[in-house]
Amino acid sequence: MKGYNFAYLDEQTKRMLRRALLKAVAIPGHQIPFGAREMPLPYGWGTGGIQVTACVIGRDDTLKVIDQGADDTTNAVSIRRFFAKTAGVATTTRTVDATVIQTRHRIPETPLTEAQIIVYQVPQPEPLYKLEPSRAETRRMHALAEYGAMHVKLYEQVARYGQIAISYDYPVMVNGRHLMAPSPIPAFDNPKMHRMKALQLFGAGREKRIYAVPPYTDVVSLDFEDYPFRAGRAPHACALCGDTASYLDEVVTDDRGGRMFVCSDTDHCATRRERVA
Amino acid sequence: MAYVAVKGGERAIDAAHAWLAAERRGDTAVAELETAQIREQLGRAVDRVMAEGSLYDPGLAALAIKQAQGDLIEAGFLLRASRTTLPRFGASLPVETATMRLARRISAIFKDLPGGQVLGPTYDYTHRLLDFSLAANATQATAPEAEARDEAAPRVPDILGDEGLLEADGVSDAEPFDLTRAPLAYPAPREARLQGLARGDEGFLLGLGYSTQRGYGNSHPFVGELRVGEVDVEIVPPELGFAVCIGTVALTECQMVNQFAGSKTQPAQFTRGYGLAFGHAERRAMAMALVDRALRAQELGEARTAPAQDAEFVLSTCDNVEATGFVEHLKLPHYVDFQSELETIRRLRGIAGKNATSLSEATANLPEAAQ
Amino acid sequence: MAADILAHPGFADPVHDRQVSFRALLQALARPGTFHPVAVPPDPPAPLAPATAAVLLTLVDGEAPVHLTGPFAALGAWVAFHTSGTEVAAGDAAFVLADALPDFASLKAGTDEIPESSTTVILQMPALEGGPPLTLRGPGIETTRDFGPCGLPDDFVARWAANRRLYPRGIDLVLCAGSLVAGLPRSTTVTPPR
Repeated sequence: MKGYNFAYLDEQTKRMLRRALLKAVAIPGHQIPFGAREMPLPYGWGTGGIQVTACVIGRDDTLKVIDQGADDTTNAVSIRRFFAKTAGVATTTRTVDATVIQTRHRIPETPLTEAQIIVYQVPQPEPLYKLEPSRAETRRMHALAEYGAMHVKLYEQVARYGQIAISYDYPVMVNGRHLMAPSPIPAFDNPKMHRMKALQLFGAGREKRIYAVPPYTDVVSLDFEDYPFRAGRAPHACALCGDTASYLDEVVTDDRGGRMFVCSDTDHCATRRERVA
Repeated sequence: MAYVAVKGGERAIDAAHAWLAAERRGDTAVAELETAQIREQLGRAVDRVMAEGSLYDPGLAALAIKQAQGDLIEAGFLLRASRTTLPRFGASLPVETATMRLARRISAIFKDLPGGQVLGPTYDYTHRLLDFSLAANATQATAPEAEARDEAAPRVPDILGDEGLLEADGVSDAEPFDLTRAPLAYPAPREARLQGLARGDEGFLLGLGYSTQRGYGNSHPFVGELRVGEVDVEIVPPELGFAVCIGTVALTECQMVNQFAGSKTQPAQFTRGYGLAFGHAERRAMAMALVDRALRAQELGEARTAPAQDAEFVLSTCDNVEATGFVEHLKLPHYVDFQSELETIRRLRGIAGKNATSLSEATANLPEAAQ
Repeated sequence: MAADILAHPGFADPVHDRQVSFRALLQALARPGTFHPVAVPPDPPAPLAPATAAVLLTLVDGEAPVHLTGPFAALGAWVAFHTSGTEVAAGDAAFVLADALPDFASLKAGTDEIPESSTTVILQMPALEGGPPLTLRGPGIETTRDFGPCGLPDDFVARWAANRRLYPRGIDLVLCAGSLVAGLPRSTTVTPPR
């Protein structure tokens, strides 16, 4: 795009971010503050993920952008266009063809490979913020690995509901040391993060934090021996491709309680249907 | 309802943008607004957008206001996004507000003072009656002129400072923190707090400042001085080694004087809250000064009991570009998370099994579902 | 010196060469002990290996000061011109450039709250393989990985173990030889092979 650098960000900003990313990779799950820039898209709409992608992506990359698992949701379209315009990179909707995948709220069903990088858009990087709103204080808690309050919170849920009642953004322990927000992916996706082959990068623009999980790194959802973590999904088959293991969207079809369930990962669903056809 | 996997996001976006442009233009029988008209005739809006956009450029601010249909937060966002991409050639010297070419200067703590009280262009003593002559576009506006007073107008702290009754300016040659380049950490130094307040949302600052007057954080403020006018901006090019003026900016500066009973280490003296804003923005500068003073509670050893005294709370929520982004992002699809909550709530209600049966029946009744 | 600076230019295609080199570094630190080719500048000044020069050109600038040791000490003007990086004492440096492993105690290991404020050592090696074999474990490694660069000191395992004990504080290593880089982040455990 005329008048702007490759992938929009200036080189100085990219360098600052790249240095931070290398440190993030060296300390899995630890949040690193960075001088996030104002992007031409609003805060809360993926500016952190966009900045991470902008300093990672190169001419030879193929980019896939998903929101809620779908390539065609408007914000995914908007971000994909942003990079097509500012970096001229190839884009794809096929998970297997992508080298860089930017995502909001889902991890693709197709297992990722060592050749891929997944970039998560993160609204709230601090897993402890509902327990302690002061970031000065949570920083101290991370320094001391003082995570008892989170276990207490989970235990209170067990006491009250008979189970842990967190459905998404389910907190994880990374590399046995850092408590991390996996971003608001459904808990269903948490197990995919554990020892994933692809490098996982996380960007929170408004909160000005990045973090990372290298490949083959332990990512363990918090739980109790007698109340183990469970990854829930709607107990149905996809109405389009018949998958009984994928994460499903519930689509309301009328105002009389009519529902159908379809794969949230649109590429996964389309690929399965192509295979059958 | 036939369900197919939704496609067409790209077309929808293009169509939405085209509709937005048409709506922005409005009735084409009415002359299109020129940005020069906005710059000249909606100056207070331009000033607010420059302040919250952290960029002194009335022309670009006017363009942003036009592009945003007068949504000033959106306009400030446009200006910020443009600002990020600008190359940085250098830093100016600190501007000298003591030598400001004054359009207005009032002090509430002295009847008269060196340089005098200058009422200037203010709404303060207007009667708020709608002026229908403006609607008739029949405005004849000529202001009376007078000889400029050839008298220095020192800042109130410089007048009061001698006796030690008012705390002095902190002077530092250290490289200042830059909020636009580095992330804020807490506790934040005053320079970082002032930068955050300077670009903070005017309504939010106003409400916070007001709260300190209503007992949420003890404050006994006096307007030591409020001055509005133009100052020179100077840089020192390395190859020259001396200062050259590169232009002027209009500023509003407020020195809010507050009681301070003293502490174990400090004698009683007046303390200050400071406000500075681009353009003519008295409400903004005054609110900023009130909040600045409230945020100094910790350094002055005062009890911190009110929201306006909590720097992390104030600074992390006062930025309207951040706030509007995150509030409005709730419009984005969240159906995956909502679905996970549905599953959890059904499970918690212990009706998951029963519900699943009725749901699959409903699904089976849809002919499209089989496709 | 001015002639030297210009005789040894930076990247031919700065924006894209930096991106390629960064991706190599990112993979190197994400997969400790694996080798990744960087984009090399056409004619780096001696004794900089092409990969070492590429790392400097990719990461160093005015906000990330560097400390040059040993044979690299004479390269201050080249580094300043091509990266706008300033030279500082080892204890203040974001990056320390060396051809022999420096004493970690003289470098920044970060703090408990800000462990990322630590030094990255850019270590130029004769070769990334052919040296005494080591076994790596930790994030980025599926089970174990064999790694045997030439030029690490004999007491490396003990010195690295001391660094590892500081976690999440600690020094990170970027190893350069020829046009390849490899990484040893602080999270990696290094042992002699069994």
